[in-house]
Amino acid sequence: MAVVGIILIFTFVISAGLPLFFKVGPYRFLFGMEWRPTGGQFGILPLILGTLLVVAGALVVGGSAGVVTAIFLSELCPQVLKRTFKVVVELLAGIPSVVYGFFGIIVLIPFIRSQVGGSGYGILSASIILGIMILPTVTAIAEDAVSSVPIDYKLAGLSLGATDWQTIRQVILPAATGGIATALVLGIGRAIGETMAVLMVIGNAPQIPDSLVKPVSALTSTIALDMAYASGDHRTALFAIAIVLLLIITLLLISIRLLHARLGSAE
Amino acid sequence: MASEVKFEKVDFYYGAFKAIDSLQLTILARKVSAFIGPSGCGKSTVLRMVNRTNELVAERTRLEGRVLIADENIYDGVDLFSLRKKVGMVFQRPNPFPKTVYENIAWAPRIHGVKRTDELDEIVEKSLKRAALWDQVKNKLKSSALSLSGGQQQRLCIARSIAVNPEVLLMDEPTSALDPRATARIEDLVEELKADYTIVIVTHSMQQAARISDSTAFFLSEGAGRPGRLIEFGETERVFTNPSSRLTEKYITGRFG
Ligand SMILES: Nc1ncnc2c1ncn2[C@@H]1O[C@H](COP(=O)(O)OP(=O)(O)OP(=O)(O)O)[C@@H](O)[C@H]1O
Ligand SMILES: [Mg+2]
Repeated sequence: MAVVGIILIFTFVISAGLPLFFKVGPYRFLFGMEWRPTGGQFGILPLILGTLLVVAGALVVGGSAGVVTAIFLSELCPQVLKRTFKVVVELLAGIPSVVYGFFGIIVLIPFIRSQVGGSGYGILSASIILGIMILPTVTAIAEDAVSSVPIDYKLAGLSLGATDWQTIRQVILPAATGGIATALVLGIGRAIGETMAVLMVIGNAPQIPDSLVKPVSALTSTIALDMAYASGDHRTALFAIAIVLLLIITLLLISIRLLHARLGSAE
Repeated sequence: MASEVKFEKVDFYYGAFKAIDSLQLTILARKVSAFIGPSGCGKSTVLRMVNRTNELVAERTRLEGRVLIADENIYDGVDLFSLRKKVGMVFQRPNPFPKTVYENIAWAPRIHGVKRTDELDEIVEKSLKRAALWDQVKNKLKSSALSLSGGQQQRLCIARSIAVNPEVLLMDEPTSALDPRATARIEDLVEELKADYTIVIVTHSMQQAARISDSTAFFLSEGAGRPGRLIEFGETERVFTNPSSRLTEKYITGRFG
């Protein structure tokens, strides 16, 4: 069933978007600097860059915070607090995307406007919001990875007179690298696919930015915004963007597979 | 340098549960002392008192009385890190780090301040030789420790402990996961090491205790929820041939536990 669904989606998206690749040419589509679909310019480089920057920013914010939270939860936090913290993290995962976007508009954007500059809409805001959104994913999976490192290692390290931190950093984390990497890759996947909250705070200007507070556009947000009115080549171009997204996600999933295969054989 | 370990009127609690009742025991330096007794009588607990790792495996622990290493009370304002450096521990399941053979040994000395590579090389070689493992691993120092056999892994763990020059070496059923040949090699090693260390070994094998220990301590708990007590402690040969307690006799002749 799932397989059929996936095949259907892929076939549909590809057949709807592929014509544009041929019309514009894959190079001019992927690396064209100008996205002005109503004026016949179909270069999605600004959108790709927008997505990459925002996702990288989210990884810096949410990835590091997620890994730190995971270490705290599995190694340092007393049992009693642990449950409370886990519930909080799970709640974070259950909040609808639009609420994050709303929070961004009401709280984050005015803050950034006054503290950092610009309109507030842009890469920085989107990165922070996305960072918070991927936090639960990263935390949950990284926590799994860190706590599945046998307690024997920790006991061995501490019994040799090492400090908690030395043991965590030099024994436990290296032993959990595979799982932590998986957590980060899944975080990236979540960040790439996220649409609503990004759309609300990113500013939606398909330009190549020169600072972190410049508004940009992402692949997903462009599809969501334009789909409402696009027709003709413009509409086809949106499907072509969807193909690019599918490709990126597929690559990510393959990289997780490879990661696991390599770790599996190293054990 | 090997040191004497002394327990003075020690009560030990996990939360509200009293696991050990008024333990009075002196473990001699440069000797092998065996802890025997049925499961749950507190052997591991007593062992872990010596490097204060009970507090790592349980959240609320409490100790009354004094535990002295070389006449210093280790439950009174002692630095935990230098204590644990002074007291090596070998576990039931071999637990080398998922690192190279070399790194397994070099890690702790480096943590404790040895920086120079040639010095570390020397420590690695010396420790592995001391653990009778050098000849087998000298060509695979850069391989993962997890690629060694179980017995080799356990000797690597012994070498890892030795690398920081401990005074006391604690071993909690170090051969229970090993086959008879690997067990024999560990036993030989223990006999050799006692010249330099105070060794305490927990074992479920009467034969092992009889073979390698100089003194034997027999612990017993009178049932679930009751604290473990030291029933008898003395020279191994005497304890096995002429135990002073009926309970010891019952245990070593296999009538309970
Ligand atoms: N981490 C812990 N938290 C609470 N109670 C514990 C803990 N570890 C041990 N105990 C209890 O303390 C008592 C002594 O346990 P201990 O593990 O020291 O016995 P042992 O003689 O080593 O047993 P075995 O031969 O099975 O290893 C048991 O009743 C056990 O349930
Ligand atoms: Mg035990």
